[in-house]
Parts: sequence; structure tokens; C-alpha cells
Amino acid sequence: MIDTNETVAQAMERQAAKSAKFLRQDRLFAGVTLSFASLVLLTLFGILVSLVVQAWPAFQEFGFGFFYSTTWSPTDGNFGAGIGIWGTLVTSLIALLVGVPISFGIAMFLTESCPVWLRRPLGTAIELLAGVPSIIYGFWGLFIFAPLVQDYIQPWMIRWIGEPFFGGPPLGLGIFTAGLVLALMVIPFIASVMRDVFETVPAVLKESAYGIGCTRWEVVKNIVLPYTRVGVIGGIMLGLGRALGETMAVTFVIGNANRFSLDLFDPGNSIASTLANEFAEADPTMHIPALFGLGLILFIITFVVLSISEWLIKQGEKKAGVK
Amino acid sequence: MSEFLSDQGVNVALKVRDLDFYYGTFKGLKSVSMDIAEKKVTAFIGPSGCGKSTLLRTFNRMYDLYPGQRAEGQILFHGQNTLDKGVDLNLLRARIGMVFQKPTPFPMSIYDNIAFGVRLYEDLSKADMDNRVQWALEQAALWTEVKDKLHQSGLSLSGGQQQRLCIARGVAVKPDILLLDEPTSALDPISTAKIEELVFELKNSYTIAIVTHNMQQAARVSDFTAYMYLGELIEFGVTDELFVKPKRKETEDYITGRFG
Amino acid sequence: MDARYKRRKLTNSLSTLLSGVAVGIGLLGLIWILATLFIKGVPAMNWAFFTESTPAPGSEGGGMINAIVGSLLIVGLTTLVSTPIGILAGIYLAEFGDRSKIAAVTRFVTDIMLSAPSIVIGLFVYALFVATTKHFSGWSGSIALSLIAVPVVVRTTENMLKLVPGSLREAAFALGMPRWRVSLDVCLRAVQGGVITGILLAVARITGETAPLLFTALNNQFFSWNMDQPMANLPVTIFNFAMSPYENWQELAWGASALIAMLVLLLNIVARVAFREKSHS
Repeated sequence: MIDTNETVAQAMERQAAKSAKFLRQDRLFAGVTLSFASLVLLTLFGILVSLVVQAWPAFQEFGFGFFYSTTWSPTDGNFGAGIGIWGTLVTSLIALLVGVPISFGIAMFLTESCPVWLRRPLGTAIELLAGVPSIIYGFWGLFIFAPLVQDYIQPWMIRWIGEPFFGGPPLGLGIFTAGLVLALMVIPFIASVMRDVFETVPAVLKESAYGIGCTRWEVVKNIVLPYTRVGVIGGIMLGLGRALGETMAVTFVIGNANRFSLDLFDPGNSIASTLANEFAEADPTMHIPALFGLGLILFIITFVVLSISEWLIKQGEKKAGVK
Repeated sequence: MSEFLSDQGVNVALKVRDLDFYYGTFKGLKSVSMDIAEKKVTAFIGPSGCGKSTLLRTFNRMYDLYPGQRAEGQILFHGQNTLDKGVDLNLLRARIGMVFQKPTPFPMSIYDNIAFGVRLYEDLSKADMDNRVQWALEQAALWTEVKDKLHQSGLSLSGGQQQRLCIARGVAVKPDILLLDEPTSALDPISTAKIEELVFELKNSYTIAIVTHNMQQAARVSDFTAYMYLGELIEFGVTDELFVKPKRKETEDYITGRFG
Repeated sequence: MDARYKRRKLTNSLSTLLSGVAVGIGLLGLIWILATLFIKGVPAMNWAFFTESTPAPGSEGGGMINAIVGSLLIVGLTTLVSTPIGILAGIYLAEFGDRSKIAAVTRFVTDIMLSAPSIVIGLFVYALFVATTKHFSGWSGSIALSLIAVPVVVRTTENMLKLVPGSLREAAFALGMPRWRVSLDVCLRAVQGGVITGILLAVARITGETAPLLFTALNNQFFSWNMDQPMANLPVTIFNFAMSPYENWQELAWGASALIAMLVLLLNIVARVAFREKSHS
């Protein structure tokens, strides 16, 4: 019924023609997918080159001093990245100091103490927190959170801690509040990495510790944490990378002042918030190059931090794979 | 032992000569030489890790998908050494079909699971394609069970049915050889019996090479049996003879259960 | 019970309590933000909100239709552009990734780009397109967002393709199927639920992105379909209006924030549910 008296040799010849076509198609396919993959590489390269080119006039004008000078004065055309770098680093540091313990607590709760039926909904809720757009954190921070900080937290801290970092006055907006809002933003990122690495700890290891009478906390402290150290640090670095480059959440609440101050309650500026506030109306001769210079510094810092994070998380995964 | 098929009066579909196989630096096959008889069933038995699946996977060069795996020696198919560099792998695999340990239906309808492979190499009319699909499903003894639900997903079938669908898919492109890599090890006894019957039927039209961990299965379905151990072909002969009076001590130990 | 045992028990209870508090803080943050959006945003979403354009400074009323349409256009175009690019690049990493150095580097760079500061991407697109064409445009906004969305799609596509059982791929190759059809017709189809999830998450991510649009699409007070001009969009409008002194602007910004949050959370939830059902079938 089916066989149309085709001999094997004829069939092979017919198939060979098709197959030759397949070979050409496959070569094309490999080429096309490769070129799209290379697009990602090219973007990175393009970002670096374009930032350097655009920032060049500023580097020429201000020399090495651009990287640490704390003058940022669009009116007389004098620019240095010091304020922006300080604001970026300090807000991120506050975010980590506040965010890491909370993230750790969340991850520990989700993997160790939480009843199984609650794991999924709680995990999803934390992930949803990561999905909220950063502009909403900023908006909420400006109108809801900052006034609370101003009325309750800051007066208390000024009274009990005070100079040099918490001298006041309680303005609500400033580096401190920006750090807190950032903390809330990075918590879901750090917590979900930590949860994932905690889950790689082999059950036998934990069980044998419970078996000799360890409490839950002792198991976490002596088994889980040492075992996952590398991955945990990777997760923290990921959060740091996110915090450093975050724009909208910070811009709303940092206060936008190009004045250097050690006091964390004073308004300041981060690299990202400076860019967001000034770029659209900047003067092209020196202001724009200086802003590109800021962008380049930010990109390099985050690139280094994220690379380390990436490497550490990979190391952690490798270890989990071997055991 | 490689020339004995000619004494049996059968044609040779696949000639294997001095075949070595490497996983990186580990040698998985050591100088294997044998013939696969045309339109007969050849079974490969031996303990896990003996190289029987590895050998099967050199026949359609499936190992080429993985960097670090390579074969040396000769496998002659229609007069060509299929291990040569320039060999057209798509074509080779279109001529030598394979069915795997676990059923592997494609994520598409039952009909398309079969038509997909056919369409690759043949331009058939709708009617011809319908015929071909029916024919393939009949060959795999699945037609009566699925003829009313050809457009349901292949994944909706039971495990045994999925495996027969995979056999139908392999048969539909009309290969010369069918490679069966432990095709029943994931199936229940009833499905296993059905597949064994099927193998018995199919050998009228196809050359079949089957790897099995089940000696009774080899004895039931095959004409020739090869016993392998640690990457070497220990004994190869007519199935009835090999199981009744093996020539080598190692083979005897294995089939009588004194192995190890 | 000796003192040491008591101390150990106490430490343990304390740690459990504190971890519970941490979860409470996380949940409180989520609920607080959502409640704020609901209370302040939902009343702002009236008829005018969806029918009128953004008001001029000082004038009453007004709506968000120009920003809503602008965002839909920009995000829609971004999705159309970044989906095929991301999927094809992801296929490269999954299919040819074992043997190639380029793939290893690309994978690393993709992971970095996933978390790279989006404002820098805005700067890059500004330098590349806005500065050279001398005007802000919806197009350049889409390009900037694509650079953010592509890595998300690449990564999920690769991860999903890695889940395809080796035997399914082998079965396809065993029929003499060319590699491109194995990738597209068998592997990709087998994990399409997961890939769609990735695309939805990418859309969710870019819907709220503000920073890269600040210097590319900019904003526009008027309704426009023209993507070659500065284009109104929800995030930048929220930014401008929230920081403004006008109360009706702030109300509109709350409404827009609630709208975006609902969309993004909906996308997140749909993505999760869709994938869960797929992976269980």
C-alpha cells in the first residue's frame, strides 16, 4: 500500500538531497543564534565605550581629581564625583546593614521553621515584593515612609546616638531614609538567593546534627551557614549590586543636595539620583560629560561587585553539585 | 567470530570492525568486531556498564552530541564507514532509527509525532500522510487504540502506548535498521509482552538491534545474541546455541547467574 | 535541666522568634505598599483617568490616557523585539554553549546585565541614539527597555531548555532531524510554558522601569502615536507628577502607580500559575 517500489538506493538519494539542505540550514541556524548571543556581549562593550567617549571631556578637564572631589556645581561648571560616590556607597551600606539580617531571618524561616504548607505562599509573597517597580518604593518612601522616619525614628536616634552620623536635624529625606528604602528593596533579592543556597545543604548533614541533639539554631549556625558561606556572600553581593545602581527608590527620598556631609540625616545625592535629576536639563559642554563620568564610575563599581557575586554564587552551586 | 554470519546464510546490514570507543580518556569499547544480520533480531546482553548501550549508540553516532566522546575503527553501512568525518549524520540517522529506554513522545499530537519525522524527508500529500500514519501505527500495534484520538497529545497516552508510539514514529520513516535501547525496562509486564510481540513481527521488514538487561527477553525475541563484558564482546552467536551451550566460560557464568 | 541546656533552648527560641519577625517585616512592607496604593490610587482611577490626557501645570482634572497608550506602545514594541532576540540567544547558550568560549562569556555577561544599573543603560541609549538623532523618541525608549528585557528572556530560555530531558533531544536527532528543528520544534515546544513565564516576567520588569526612559522617551504632555517623538509613559509621568507641587498631579501619580503595580503583580502571578500548571501536566 505504501511502498511505491522505491529501492533503498533511490530512497537514500532522495534523503541525501534533503539532508544536504538541512546541513546548510543548521549552519545558518548556528550563525543566527550566535549573532544574537553576541548582541549581549556587544551591548556591554558598547556601554563601556560610549560612556568613556562621552565622559572624556570631563576627565580631561578635571583630571584624576574628578574621582574624589566633592564639588559638584553645575552653575560654575565645576564637577567632581565625590558626593555621588559617597552617597551611593553609604546608602547601599545602610541597605545591607539593615537588609542582610532581615533577609537571613526570612531565608532561615522559609527553609527551617516554616510549616510546609506555608512555604510556597510566603516565598511567593517575598518574590512579589521583588517584583514591585522601584518607582513605587520611591513614591511610597517620599509620602508615607519618610514622614514616619522624620517623626519617630530620627528624633529618637538624634537623642540617643547623635553626632557625628546622626546629628540631625530630622528632615525625613536624606541619606539615612534612602538607605532604609533601599534595604526594603534588596531584601527579597538577598533572601531568595539565601533560601536557594540553604536548600542545597544535604538533608543527611542536617539530620546528623539534629541527631546528636543540636537545636535548630545550632544547626543553622554550625552546619547550614558554614556549608553555604560562599553562596550567602554571593547573594549579599548581588543585593549590593542592585542597591548601588538603584535609581528611582533613592531619587525620591535622598533629598537631592550636592553638599558633602558626614551626617546621615542630611540630604545628599547618589550617582544614580544625580543622573536622574540633572541629566535632562544639563548643559552639554561640561555638565553632560561629567554626568557620563558618574555613569561610568557607577557601571564599573557595579560590574565589579556583580562579577564577584556571580563568581561566588557559581562556586556555591558547584560545591552543592559535588556533594 | 566476525565472519560467522556468512555461514548462516544471511545478509549483513552492519559490519563492525575493531571498534574502540572513548569517554574522554576512559575506554568504553575495546576492539569490538561483529556483524548485524539483515532482517534479524540481534540482542546485546551483559551487566550494567558493559558497553552494550554504548555500542548501540555508535551505530547512529548518537554520541556525537556530546563533546569528549569519540569512536575509532569501522562500522560499514551500505559500503561506507559511518565513523568517517564527512558522514552526513542526519541521513545516517534517518536510515537507522532508535527507540529509547524511556518513552520519548514529542510535545505534539499523536498524529504529528509520526508525521513530523516523515515530513522531514518526504513531501507527501495529506491523504498519503494519513495512510502513512495509519500504517506506522498498525505496524506498532497501536492503531486500534488511538485511531479515535489522533489529535490528542502524545503525552496523554499510557507508558506502554507511548513506547509503541515511539516505535511507530521510528518505523514511519522506513529505516533499514531499528535500534532498541532497553525499550521495555520502564514498562509493566503486559506492555513488555506487547512490545516483544511487536519486535517479533517487525523483524520481517527491519533489521533490529536490541539492548536488554533481561536475558529471558533476549532469548525470547532474538536470532543472534552478543554477550558483552567490560567493553569487550565476549561471545556472539546464534541465540539458541549461546543460551544452551555457550562456548566461553564467562558467558556461561553470566547466563546461569553465577556471575560476579 | 542544667543552665547550659536552658541557655541553648533560649537562644534557639530567640532565633526562631527573630526569623519570624524578619518575615513579618518583609510581609509588612509588601502589604503596606499595596495598601497605600489601594487607598490613594484606586480613588484616582475615575473615568477621566482613562480618557483624558495629562493636565497642564495648574489646570484641574486630567487623566493618563496619553501615558497609558505611550507605555503600552513602548512596552509592546520592546516585547516584540526582545522576545525573538532573547529566545535565539538563549538557544545558542543551551545548544552550543558546552563547547564554546563565546557562550561562557555571554552567559556571564548576561547575568551581569540582569542586575546592571538600568540608568546606565539609559545613558548608553542616549549616547547612541538620542545624541546622534538630536531628539528624544519612543523608539529609543523601546531600545533601552529591550536591553533590559533581553537578558531576562535569554536566561529563562537557557534554563528552561536545560530542563529538556536528554532522551527527548536524542529521540529527535535519532529521526535524522536537523538541529534547528530539534531546538525549535521539539525542545522549545516542550518548555514553552517556562519560556512564556520568562517573557511575562520580563514584561513585568520593564513595565515599571523608569530610569532608562528618563533620557530616551522623555515625556510628552500630549496624546501621540508617533514613536519618533518624545512619548508620554506611565513611569516617567509618575516621577514628574509625584515630585510636583500640584495636588491633582500627585493624585494622578498615585492612580498610575496603582495601575502599574496591579499590572506587574498580575503578570507575576499569572506567570507563576501558568508555569506551575505546565510543569505538573
